[in-house]
Formats: sequence, C-alpha cells, structure tokens
Amino acid sequence: MTVAVVQFGGSNCDRDAVRALTHLGIDAKRVWHEDGLPSETTGVILPGGFSYGDYLRAGAMAARSPIMNEIRSAAEAGTPVLGVCNGAQIGCESGLTEGAFTTNKRARFQCEPVYLRVERADTPWTAAYEAGDVIEVPIAHGEGRFEITDERYDRLEADDRILFRYCAPDGSVTEAANPNGSIGNVAGILGESNHVAVLMPHPERATLPDIGGTDGAGVLRAFA
Amino acid sequence: MTAYTATVTVRLKRGVLDPEAETTKRSLERLGFELSGLRSADRFEIDLEADSPAAAKETATEMTERLLANPTIHDYEVSVAAAGQS
Repeated sequence: MTVAVVQFGGSNCDRDAVRALTHLGIDAKRVWHEDGLPSETTGVILPGGFSYGDYLRAGAMAARSPIMNEIRSAAEAGTPVLGVCNGAQIGCESGLTEGAFTTNKRARFQCEPVYLRVERADTPWTAAYEAGDVIEVPIAHGEGRFEITDERYDRLEADDRILFRYCAPDGSVTEAANPNGSIGNVAGILGESNHVAVLMPHPERATLPDIGGTDGAGVLRAFA
Repeated sequence: MTAYTATVTVRLKRGVLDPEAETTKRSLERLGFELSGLRSADRFEIDLEADSPAAAKETATEMTERLLANPTIHDYEVSVAAAGQS
C-alpha cells in the first residue's frame, strides 16, 4: 500500500507530504504525473505548489493532465484522494470537488497560521477529531478564496460537504477570522464521496513536531 | 480548410469579487484619476484552421469550456474572423 503524492511541474510541497506521511508510519512516494498512478496506489495526494506557474488560473493546467482521469477513476473506486493548497485548486478545476479557489480578497499572498473548525468528524479526514474541534494549521496561498454560486453553496451546506471553516481560536466563524474572503469561511470541502477532500491549509506542515504543531496529522491519518 | 482567428474574452461573472481589478482601480485613483468602476478580462486570440467560421467558433468554444474559462466564476464570449482580420 502506497500513497501516491503526485508531482506536476511546479509542485513544491510533495516532499513535505511524503515526509509527514512517513513520520506517521504511512508508506508514500512521489509520482511524476506523466508516469501515471502506480498499480499499488492506495491513496492520492495532490500536493501544494505552483503547478505550471499558476498560469491561466491556479491549478487549471494540472487539472487537465491525463493522470487526473486515473485519479478520478481511483476515487470512484474508493481510493482516498486529498488535495492540499494548489492540490485543492487542482481538485476544483478538475471537478473532483465543487466550486473554485480564486484570488484572495485582499489580492495578497498570505502565509500565516490559521484556526479551522472541524465541521464534521464522520469522514476519514476528520476521524481523529470531534465535530467543533478547533485546530491550528498554516495557510500559504494567493488564490484561496472559495467561490461558488449561492445555489450551489446552499446545496453544499445542505449535503454537509463542508469539512473545515476558518474560525477564531474559540471556534466562532467570523469575518475577522476569514483570511481570504472565502464564502462561508470555507477552508476545505468534500467531494461527492467522503473519501475525496480538498483544503487550502497545509496539514503536512502541521504534522512533524520538530517544525511546530501537529494539529494537521489527523487529516493525513486518513491514509493509515 | 481556411485560416481563422478566434477571439475569446473571459471575464468574471457579475457579482464575483475581483480583487485585482479593485487594486488596479485604487492605483489609478492614487495617480489622481477619477473613475467609478473598473473590470478586467482575459482575451485569447487563437489561430486555427476550420471548414467554416461556424466550425472555427465551435472549436474555440469547446477550448474555452474545457480550459480557458472556469464556469464557476467566468462568463465568456467567442468571435471569429478570417485570419489577419481580427
């Protein structure tokens, strides 16, 4: 069993993801997108970075790579798929998840720790938490503002597809705690199935105790 | 087959926040200009061969729907002219 951490030209969080998973005792390796998914793949991470220089829109080019068809099939067959940061943008661009991540409200690149409220705990990504838990995980993005039509947002909420929201340390979901202007403070969502998720914050940067907190480890434990 | 140039304009849907346009507007105001609004758009000029203007437009539209625009946030327009005349 191996988690495939898919590298595109310009991915730069692939090593971090492998290191974080390895630390958790989960077998993982980097896979170049043109090589396709290895047969032993039991999970997929679309890592952060700046694939194709964010040309056109962040994630737009990578989302059209042929490996995305394999990842879509794998997801349909039950393989867990996680998109982080640029991987989240790729996930939305490829249709694995709804909506889009676009330019931050303040039109700035933002690199800072944020608090996230766990919206539901009955998914592989949040089984380590309780609903309502607040975790601290870093963000590092210029295009992380979640956009979606009002109608589809209502459906996301009705279908309980929102996984994490930006919040204050006490868990209250406020405008002040929203770093990028995302609709509904959305930081992460589920795809059609609970084993497909994307989020803008970086759980792999909050997993190794040596470099700070470990609040993000629970997300990656979905692959254990 | 005839050579055509398809011009694709991709812009944010009305109501979708455009921080880059807001920032550009503020910079123009800082230069002393008075303006009540500013919208930005991406324009692509695609040279392609097709049997007819309609066929060229159909291909350019498919290119737009599959890559150039994101239907969640964008509207788009496609126009076609004989190559060199756009």
